[in-house]
Amino acid sequence: MASIHPELNITEEDYQTMVKREMPRPPLWRNCIIAFLSGGMICLLGQFIQNIYLSLGFSSTDVGNPTVVTMIFLASLLTGLGVFDNIARYTGAGTAVPVTGFANSMTAAALEFKKEGLVLGIGSKMFALAGSVIVFGVVTAFVAGLISAIL
Amino acid sequence: MGTYLTAFIVGGLFCLVGQLLFDLTKFTPGHILSGFVVAGGILGSLGLYDRLIQFAGAGASLPISSFGNALVKGAMSEAARRGVIGVLTGMFELTSTGITAAIFFAFLIAVFFNPKG
Amino acid sequence: MSPKAGKHSILFDAPPYLASAATVAGPREGQGPLGPDFDLIYKDLLLEQKSFEAAERKMLADACALALEKGNYRLEQMDYFLAGDLLNQITASSYCAAKLALPFFGLYGACSTLALSLALGAILVAAGFATNVLAATSSHNCSSERQFRYPTEYGFQRPLQAQWTVTGAGAAVIGAEGQPPRITAVTTGKVVDFNQNDPLGLGVAMAPAAASTLLLHFQELQRNPSYYDLIVTGDLGKVGMALNRQILARSGYQLDDNYNDCGVMIYNPDLQQVESGGSGCACSALVGLGHIWRRMQEGELKRVLLVSTGALHSPTTLAQGESIPSIAHAVALEMGDGS
Repeated sequence: MASIHPELNITEEDYQTMVKREMPRPPLWRNCIIAFLSGGMICLLGQFIQNIYLSLGFSSTDVGNPTVVTMIFLASLLTGLGVFDNIARYTGAGTAVPVTGFANSMTAAALEFKKEGLVLGIGSKMFALAGSVIVFGVVTAFVAGLISAIL
Repeated sequence: MGTYLTAFIVGGLFCLVGQLLFDLTKFTPGHILSGFVVAGGILGSLGLYDRLIQFAGAGASLPISSFGNALVKGAMSEAARRGVIGVLTGMFELTSTGITAAIFFAFLIAVFFNPKG
Repeated sequence: MSPKAGKHSILFDAPPYLASAATVAGPREGQGPLGPDFDLIYKDLLLEQKSFEAAERKMLADACALALEKGNYRLEQMDYFLAGDLLNQITASSYCAAKLALPFFGLYGACSTLALSLALGAILVAAGFATNVLAATSSHNCSSERQFRYPTEYGFQRPLQAQWTVTGAGAAVIGAEGQPPRITAVTTGKVVDFNQNDPLGLGVAMAPAAASTLLLHFQELQRNPSYYDLIVTGDLGKVGMALNRQILARSGYQLDDNYNDCGVMIYNPDLQQVESGGSGCACSALVGLGHIWRRMQEGELKRVLLVSTGALHSPTTLAQGESIPSIAHAVALEMGDGS
């Protein structure tokens, strides 16, 4: 490839080496510590909300439901208020890995494409980012279920 | 059902693993989160994820991996009762709440708010 | 006829004039260090339009109107309209052209569109097919993020080599007569693909293209970097600039203090969180037609080489695992006539 650009005195491999040297390294320590702390805090909040619902009479088998709905609502609301992405630029995986990330991806996509209307915009594009999570979850569960049914 | 301490630590660890994958690999968030769901599903099929939830509560049930676990549990428990067809009928039993809420709230927020850029 | 210098460069006998220029900018750009050099700064990103895409069209139209007004031109005096942007099917430019009803060439050069449009405009004028050409380009952070990357409210972390698409538009009138600066030479780049594929670090993909065009320019016109008071690349960003310097050094060309990059100049890195710098068609346009234009008018810069750089991928090719090919075009602006 480089030989069709004789004025550039450099091969692709050499350039790749140059790039590796120049590429800024992510602040790994900082990112990991913040992700750990913020992810832990979100789960802490979830645990707190779960305990509230337990005290309101939900059984321990059912309590996951209102808890996850509450977390999803909070994440969607913060996305709508334009605040979630500002937080996430610092927290990274801390907000992306919990179900808050899932809710944000769907709300952000729906919000972004609302100019294209209810059907072609909000309706069609809502799963643009979250779709693969659902698809691969279902595929995995199908295989696992099938295996367990046969055995 | 977990304590505040175990929820914090285990939840934090899930996110730490996610952050390492974000920063050290070329995979997109979509790839990585799909991987978490598949992993949760596999652990769930071995009965291990429920034990994690017992230990860490929200620290294990909030990360997206628990979604995979819930799908697997739904599929497997119906399969145990009704055979192969149960895989299809039971799949969304435990995750219906989360998906429904996510769709409805995303729709509601999108109708009433605007992206701010 | 102007002599062609080599395969890529043209040295104009009668250099056309960059007779008028106007820039309009978004709020973040207005808050940057070059804010005072822009003709109009908007208060928000939507401009009371119904979508970000509509806002971008308005910016482009405003820039064109201002460029005509500043040079005391009437729309009818323009022989051609050349414009391009980042949106799919260059809709901002085409919809703007619909209102102008001028003979229109729509252009796609990604972020290299400014130099591309100035070069083609100069060629049209120098060849005698036009007396005046209106050239314009725009980009909008929100309309391009949702097209190329992620929805704007999506919570994801930008890496250090990422760049921020500039919101704004620039327009210029290139005329056979007028006031300096003059476009004395253009070097048309070729597409260079060095197998890079990080869409969040485009400076790395574009640096070889910028280096290629610069080297061809220097070799074909037998000039040294020191010929120019200022050489600017469009949007290589911090990382891309360093790579560009290194590639040129391997061929024996030293880029010293007279080298800068529009992406690095347009924002204040300490105050504005833009990682590696700005990008987008408007990046070259705002810096070139706003800031550099002013410094030339004030006599501070006499010879400037503007090298806009563009990454020519699409979200589809990226998803299919293809690399990112790039291109760079160079336009020499001089207060004299280049002889």
